[in-house]
Amino acid sequence: MNEDLMPYDPTVDYTGEPAIKEITPDGSKHIPPWKPLNLTRRRFLQGVVCSGIAVSSTAILFTSGTRPARADARAVERLITLNVNGRKRNVDVAPNETLAHTLRYGLNLIGTKVGCNRAECGACAVMADGVSIYSCSTLTHRIKNKSITTIEGIADSDGTLHPVQQAFIDELGPQCGFCTPGQVVTAVSFLKENPNPTVDEARMAMSGNLCRCGAYDHYLKGVMKASEKV
Amino acid sequence: MTDMMHNFELFQPGSLADAQALVKKHGDNAWLLAGGKDSLDWFKDRVKQPAAVIDISGLAELNGGIRDDDGGVYISAMTTLTEITKSELIKERFPMLADAAERVASPQIRNVGTIGGNLCQDTRCHYYRDGFPCYRAGGDTCFANTPTAMNREHALFEAKRCVAVTPSDTAPACVALDAEMLVQRGENQIVVPAEEFFIGPEIDIERMTVLEPGDILLGIRIPATWAESHQYFEKVADRNTWDFALVSVAMAAIKEGDSVSDIRMVCGAVQCTPRRMSNVEDLLKGEVPNEEMETLASRVASSGAKALNYNHFKQPLMANLAKRAVRSLSA
Repeated sequence: MNEDLMPYDPTVDYTGEPAIKEITPDGSKHIPPWKPLNLTRRRFLQGVVCSGIAVSSTAILFTSGTRPARADARAVERLITLNVNGRKRNVDVAPNETLAHTLRYGLNLIGTKVGCNRAECGACAVMADGVSIYSCSTLTHRIKNKSITTIEGIADSDGTLHPVQQAFIDELGPQCGFCTPGQVVTAVSFLKENPNPTVDEARMAMSGNLCRCGAYDHYLKGVMKASEKV
Repeated sequence: MTDMMHNFELFQPGSLADAQALVKKHGDNAWLLAGGKDSLDWFKDRVKQPAAVIDISGLAELNGGIRDDDGGVYISAMTTLTEITKSELIKERFPMLADAAERVASPQIRNVGTIGGNLCQDTRCHYYRDGFPCYRAGGDTCFANTPTAMNREHALFEAKRCVAVTPSDTAPACVALDAEMLVQRGENQIVVPAEEFFIGPEIDIERMTVLEPGDILLGIRIPATWAESHQYFEKVADRNTWDFALVSVAMAAIKEGDSVSDIRMVCGAVQCTPRRMSNVEDLLKGEVPNEEMETLASRVASSGAKALNYNHFKQPLMANLAKRAVRSLSA
């Protein structure tokens, strides 16, 4: 059998030495000594908290106990309690995490949609203390003391739809439906504040929610219809 | 944690001294976060990546709301634009400011966005925002003023290397109302007139305001001078929601009988700072506003403008807005 036709076998060339040889200036070969990971209890616990694998109350105790004492130089704690839809939910929130991210991926409230992710479409609108805000452009830590209402918290617990939701169905508001959670939340917060709006007021209030299907008039009619019932 | 924003440490200091200490400690890596609407866009674009973000929303000094100030008003920096729009005090004394605040962005942004942030926001030049190494970003080119550049939104006046314009809607209103900015600098509080608060590229090409790193805007004081005067604000933008002004005009005028005894007219989005239309002001002072004055005002409104490739349309826009503002006087 002709050896040239055999497939290349890498084990033939294997010498057991590192592929990239480190050469010291005097030409001798240098292999850096192996070091164990510098793993302290604190670092380990922080790692556990960061990766979100297991978060126990003991971990909170240990980490918070070893924080520096200076209050002014302390960054935010990651483990916070959020008041969402009337329930207190414990969640691990990174400093740079947006509310939309926390709701969708931390609390699994995926009714809130992320459209543009830069405060330009309104699909992510939720209520913070009854005020409609863009959750995609709000750091969760900023609103941790407020009570959040998402689209999941709009209908009654027995499943009865909010008048706004029913009106949107009646007026054929949703087409693809992606913007609908935001539209509903904005309309609910608006009608809470102004139960008897004029069409222009309603149009102005809903102007922060884009609908790429173009069903603006349907939503507007829905808001006006719902305003008769709230 | 999000796929877009870099990792940073978030601080929520409880006092002004703590916030200043944090800024001092982190130096160039510190970023003050007020409403956070503009900041988060910078972070998501990864153009700005500060290591320490300092949330100043909890500071009592910035959260005083709106209060009477010797016939004028004092507005704390963290007051949201919605609060300004709905404030009876402001609607009564300075309706123009309420109108201007109502024209900012969208309802949800106004619910969170603050007056301080709106006044201090950086320019919207898309080359600068996209991270081009332009003059404003410390580079040596203006990408918005080249033969092929898209400069529809850029400056007509006083462009020195940089052709960016002021994006704020409330800034022209504040300048027209002779507002004063209360700024915490180190241990001292300084008061800066609104007209000097905004600076152009000839003073510092990398800043829009006199605020230096570590300075914190505490609030805006609007004197009684123009309270309950005749006021007018109009903004023209491509879209009525979200969009920044192509040209905006803010006017305050005091009438004695039929004639105008004193007037301020300020134009936004045509220059790096809100532009006092002093030629229109001089023209109208002591005159009775009528159709002839409207025409004259519109003729001088944009005189001296040096248009770029794509922003010639701003000149007739300025002229027409000046005309409409003057027309509102005779109504």
